[in-house]
Amino acid sequence: MKVTSIRTPLAKVRGLGSAKSGTEHWWEMRLTAIALVPLTFAAVVIVISLIGRNHAAVAQILGSPLVAIIMLLFIYSTTLHMRLGLQSVIEDYVHGKAMKTALLIANTFLTIVLWLACTYAILKLSFGV
Amino acid sequence: MVEFTLPKNSRVTDGKVWPAPVGAANTREFRVYRWNPDDGKNPHVDTFTVDLDDCGPMVLDALLWIKNKIDPTLTFRRSCREGICGSCAMNIDGVNTLACTKDLGEIKGPVKVNPLPHQPVVKDLVPDLTNFFAQHALVQPWLQTDTVAPEKEWTQSREDREKLDGLYECILCACCSTSCPEYWWNPDRYLGPAALLHAYRWVIDSRDEASGERLDLLEDPFRLYRCVTIMNCSKACPKSLNPAKAIAELKKLMIERQKT
Repeated sequence: MKVTSIRTPLAKVRGLGSAKSGTEHWWEMRLTAIALVPLTFAAVVIVISLIGRNHAAVAQILGSPLVAIIMLLFIYSTTLHMRLGLQSVIEDYVHGKAMKTALLIANTFLTIVLWLACTYAILKLSFGV
Repeated sequence: MVEFTLPKNSRVTDGKVWPAPVGAANTREFRVYRWNPDDGKNPHVDTFTVDLDDCGPMVLDALLWIKNKIDPTLTFRRSCREGICGSCAMNIDGVNTLACTKDLGEIKGPVKVNPLPHQPVVKDLVPDLTNFFAQHALVQPWLQTDTVAPEKEWTQSREDREKLDGLYECILCACCSTSCPEYWWNPDRYLGPAALLHAYRWVIDSRDEASGERLDLLEDPFRLYRCVTIMNCSKACPKSLNPAKAIAELKKLMIERQKT
């Protein structure tokens, strides 16, 4: 192999040093996971209860205060959890610097778009604007 | 992007099939990974037939028998032959373990012997563990104190000493770290279970005065938090230690000083 840089093994593993973060990411992953246990169950029950109903009934159920709040919490926890998880997957498997950066940006954007679109839909049903 | 296949010069091919020892009644087939940095060939798997009546009960005994009786160029590390030096760590029958403590009777069919996974190979069964040992150095595995050293020694209660059981026994054989997929993908940035177990061993040592600084070193999305509790490490450890638990305890300490 061609030698392109001569550094000690310790210099290599120290790299740019500790990022002084990581616990926040780990903690948020767990918090959203805990929140999603009851929220997913509730969301599934809500969606099942919509089966066979007409548009007006569906809009009314999803727009009612309790259901809307549960769905908003479910959407927030899911998209945040998804963003954190997908970020780890990208960091694990994608090693090209440009591709990795692009995917991490895309992951953030995609999550925000998804979160906003779903939230907007629920709010529109709630407030009927 | 993601690499799914091995580079051309790393593809493992079939190697030489050595003749069985003449007149041996009780034999066992060994399929051993070979690679020589000097001959320009791809790695290949040689097949040896070992006379079990002429050889000890462990995988290391068989490898030594092959080296002594069939092919003296077979290259591997070994020293204590009793599970205390960690030199003969290799992948045997698909599992990282020590050749010296792995009983041949536990393995069904031909015995497949490969170097520890996902490390650069120096030759045959000898991996380059430079990065692994540098990571051990990174966690500063020595007692750190600011208080003036006592005249005799730093004392420790019996209870505090017992907290180090299951940690101090690590022999740095690298079976755990090289069995970890997270370590495979990011060996340059994730410290791996062995180094983290040693980090934890010093963080909780009652005599050490640098626990906080030690945690600072680990507070990183890669160094510590690449661990996603796959737990191959604890499964692989030939000393029956539990690096996955040590890492979980480190995460709990991180939470303790920031969140709860």
